[in-house]
Formats: sequence, C-alpha cells, structure tokens
Amino acid sequence: MTSPSVELREVVKRHGSTVAVDHLSLSIRRGEFFSLLGPSGSGKTTTLRLIAGFEHPDQGDILIDGRSIAGDPPNLRPVNLVFQQYALFPHLTVSGNVAFGLEMRGIARTEIRSRVGEALDMAQLAGKGDRLPAQLSGGEQQRVALARALVNRPAVLLLDEPLGALDQQLRQEMQVELKAIQEQVGVTFICVTHHQEEALTMADRVAVMDHGRILQIGAPQELYEAPASLFVAGFVGLSNRLDGRLAEVEGTRGRIEAPELPAIQADVPAGTARGSAVVLVIRPERLHLSPQAAVGGFDNVMPARVAKTVYNGHEMQYQLRVADRLLWTVRVPNADGGQKRFRPGEAAVVCWNRGESVVLTQ
Amino acid sequence: MNSSQSRTDARQAAWLLTPSLVWMGLFFVLPLLIVLLISFASRGTYGGVEWIFTLANYRDLADPLYLWIYLRSVALALATTGLCLCLGFPLAYYIARAPARRQGIWLMLVLIPFWTNFLVRTYAWMNVLRVDGLLNALLTNAGLTSRPIEILYTDTAVLIGLVYGYLPFMVLPLYAAIERIDRSLIESARDLYAPGRAVFTRVIVPLAKPGIMAGCLLVFIPSLGAYITPDMLGGARSMMIGNFIQHEYLVVRDWPLGSAASLVLMAMVLAGSWWYQRAGGVRPL
Repeated sequence: MTSPSVELREVVKRHGSTVAVDHLSLSIRRGEFFSLLGPSGSGKTTTLRLIAGFEHPDQGDILIDGRSIAGDPPNLRPVNLVFQQYALFPHLTVSGNVAFGLEMRGIARTEIRSRVGEALDMAQLAGKGDRLPAQLSGGEQQRVALARALVNRPAVLLLDEPLGALDQQLRQEMQVELKAIQEQVGVTFICVTHHQEEALTMADRVAVMDHGRILQIGAPQELYEAPASLFVAGFVGLSNRLDGRLAEVEGTRGRIEAPELPAIQADVPAGTARGSAVVLVIRPERLHLSPQAAVGGFDNVMPARVAKTVYNGHEMQYQLRVADRLLWTVRVPNADGGQKRFRPGEAAVVCWNRGESVVLTQ
Repeated sequence: MNSSQSRTDARQAAWLLTPSLVWMGLFFVLPLLIVLLISFASRGTYGGVEWIFTLANYRDLADPLYLWIYLRSVALALATTGLCLCLGFPLAYYIARAPARRQGIWLMLVLIPFWTNFLVRTYAWMNVLRVDGLLNALLTNAGLTSRPIEILYTDTAVLIGLVYGYLPFMVLPLYAAIERIDRSLIESARDLYAPGRAVFTRVIVPLAKPGIMAGCLLVFIPSLGAYITPDMLGGARSMMIGNFIQHEYLVVRDWPLGSAASLVLMAMVLAGSWWYQRAGGVRPL
C-alpha cells in the first residue's frame, strides 16, 4: 500500500492559448476524501476530466495505484465520474442506469441483479428501480448518479460539483450523507467544488486552485486557520484584512504599523524581515466586540464604530468601521440572552490576541 | 391553467380553424370522396365513368401484374428509406456535433437543392446517369469499366433518384433529435466502460429514436407514391404505384381502377404508419 491512489506528475493541459492546468503535481491517498476547491476557470474541472480520461494531458503523467493511465480512454480507467447534472440515461430506468457499467463489463446477470439491489439500498432508492429518471426528485437523481458510479467499485470516484444542482437544505443533508457513504465504502473520492463550505465539511484534505495551479493543500482546519496566501484566505471563508508594515520583529513576535492606527501585536512567520510590507488577516469570529470601555487581557484593542448589523439567527454579524478607513466584519454567536447587542452608529472597541491573526507577506 | 379553463379557451379559439377547414373540405375531403365513389363505379366504353356499383376494380387490383407493381414500390421505398438512414445518420450526427456556428451552414447545404425545381434536378440526373453521361465517362476514364454501364431507365437509377430527393427529409429530423442529446450522456456512457460501438447502440440510437422514426416515415411515404423520379429515371419497365395510377387515369382512361389503386395506396400508408408508430412505442397519430 505504498503507492498513492491517484498521482499527478507535472501535468500540463492547454486549451488553445490558455493554460488550464499548469505543471500540476498532486498525490492523493487511498480512501481519502479529497476536494479541489477554486473559482470557475481555476482548472479544477479540467483536472477532474484529465483523471476521468475525457481530456489528455499535453505534458506530465497521471497514475492510479502506481500505474500510468494517461494514455487510456475513459472506458478503460478504473474510475467513475458523478456528473454535475448527473447525466442519467433518460431512456433507462433507475435499475437500467445503475446496471449499465456492470453490463458493459460483461458481468453475469445474477451478479448484476444483486449488486444493483445493494447499490440501490445503499443510496436509499429501494423500490424505485423501475422508475425513469424524469420521475425522480433532484435529490433522488443525485443518489442514482452516485449508485451508478459506486456499483462498479471503482478505485477512485470523481465528483463534479455533486451538490451544485440541489437546493440549500438538501445540499447540507447530502454533504453529511456523501461523507458517510465515502467512509462506508472506503473508496478514494475526488470532489470538485467552488463552494468552500462543501469542501470544508466533507473533505479530509482540500487543494485550493487558481489559474491552473495549486496554491495550498491541507486539512480544512489548516486552510482556514493558516492560509498561506491572500487568495486562500479570501476564498476559504470570510476574512478581514489590514495592510501594514512590519515595524519590529523578534523571532515570531512582531509589531505592525499602519497609518492612522495604533500599533498591532501579531505573530509573524519566522524569518520575516523587519520593514517588509505585510497583510494581517483575521477571521470575523476571532474578534471580540466590547462597549467603549477599558478591556483587559487582549494584545490589541482598537476603537471602531458599528456601521451595520445583520441578525442571522444563530449569530449577530456586525460591520465595523475601524479608524474610519477599514470595513471589518465581526461575528458574535447568540449564545445567551445577556449579551450586549450593538446598534448601528454605536461606538465599540474590537479586540483580539496576537495569535488569532495570520500575517502574510506580499 | 386548469383543464376546464383550457377547454373553454380551445372552444373560443375554434373559429380560427374555419378557413383551413373550409379549404381542406372543398379541395381535399370532397375530391377524396369523389375518388372513393368512382372507385366503386364502372368504366364507360370510351373512358368515362358509369355509375353502376361494382367491386370489380378492387378485384382487378389483385391481378399478379398489379400486385407486382405494389410489391416493387414497397421494396423500392424500403430500400430508399434504408439507404437514406445509412447516409443520413452519419451526416446528421456530424452536423449536430459541429460548432453551433457551422451547423447553420451545413443545414443550408443540405437544403440548397430545394432552391431548384425538382423536375430540373431530375433532368440533371438523367444527364449524369445516361450511357454517354458524366458517371459513365468518369468510370470509363478511371478504368473501372471497359464499356459504359446502363444505369438510366433501371431500378438502380430510380433508387438513386429517390435517395437523392428524400435524403433531406431524413437528415433534418435526425439532426433535430441528435442535436438534443446531451454530450455528457455520451461521456457518461464512456465513463461506465462502454466502448464506442456500445455508446452508439445503447445510448445514441435509443435517444435519437424519435428522429429515426420521423425521418423514416417522411422518406418512406413519399417514396412509396413517387411519380416523377420513376417516370423519368425508370422508364417503362420500372413502374411504381404513382406511375400506375397516372397511367390508369390519363393513358388508359380507366378512372375507376385508378381511383381504387389510389385508395389502396392510401390505406397501405395509413395502416403501415399506424403499425410502425405503435411498434416504435410512439403514440399513433
């Protein structure tokens, strides 16, 4: 079990003059739920289609279980794809759809019947085998697409925006279900999404892509709490930012100065040179909001004014004007009723500790 | 909108049908009824119609000579349909998968022959197929044959002419059906281990079926009753039903027999297409 489940080596794919995938190297472990996250045009879908075999790399190699498959057509690859709009065969029943791959591989009829039955059970579609796809709801079609792929016991399951066509409620339910199914079958899942919440909740590891390159790979927590670049910080979750200059540094303890603001204490990456331009990034839920008063126990305390309040049910979201120049967002969970609620126009102080922010060099 | 509402709307809109109903009644249904009546009348000594009821015309049609004409016509129409399907499917598939911008150009090229009169085009075919025509000149020059082949005035010529004439009627519905097939369905079949041939038989053909059905009907029906093509390219020995009817009406002047022949042709077409659509899983018209 030494070779990775899927490995991409320096893969390049050009579409005309644009480079869709740019010297991409990637190694995905067996049984891992891996997400490719990025905006449209970032090359994530092309990467998926390269693995599926619908496109062929201009350079580089693709290996599955240690064997190069870059030259194989899609029907000879041990992978199955769940299409964005499911691509169910409209002229075949649910069972017919699920049986298709097994029939193509010439598997015995009795075995096909039992495996289709199992797959339908797993996808909670028992009793719906004789329906046509058009007679199913969106969520059910999604399950058929999943069953149709997983029934083949592929080495790798590819999912292209699997929940993109579902409404919000169903999407959240399916996120949990998809993860549960993946843990149950133990197959390597590679899931393409532009939806950061989907990537964070389902994946073991996420690769953030932009312009055909991977910007950062890591566990969801790593990406969220230690983004390596401004793009990642901005794409994965909401973040507040502040441009400044590193005025003093001692090890990883730094002091950042920005015009019109008090100096800010922050942990900085080791080796950041004094005087370099930096960007401070901080998550809205890491900020504390207090009425204008002396606050103890925080490294940074900054005056602000509430510009706008949004009631989200489970939390309050405040937009703050910090030093009349910056617009920051703060999230305060509605944990108990005794909390101070701020009104637009009210003065407040926003505070945080040095370890809560991330400092990136530009 | 509920169904009683739409029924009321339909009733209110019924007067819109009046012009076409009057037209069709006067110029289609009435003549057809007259033909029906004549088919049960007797032929006058000098070619007129004598209103004496008889079934003799239908009985006469059972003559082996006439049956042979019907059989030949059906066989030629079937061959035309089959050939049109074989030629039309790859063409329609190619057009449907071409970039949208180029699809229009290809479709126009398919339709360009309609800009010229059919009779003129058939004369052109006579020139091509003649013993000293273009085709024979090409074949002889290429050394494929030592002596010119007789194509004109044979069944082959009729078949060529019919396929040429009705191919667009096959291509257009096929194109419409294939163009609607989602590309991801084909990719999906590939992904599910289907080799190219299985993608074609298991996905493309079933999904293109409405187009195949419509195209075959649109080619078969007019080829069965074709008149100009067999008349000009087929000569005396390759008579089809259309020529037979024309012959009875205008040459022999046996209107009752011609009428009976027309009605039998119509009955064949109706019964045939009804059975065909039922067998194809489409609700009969």
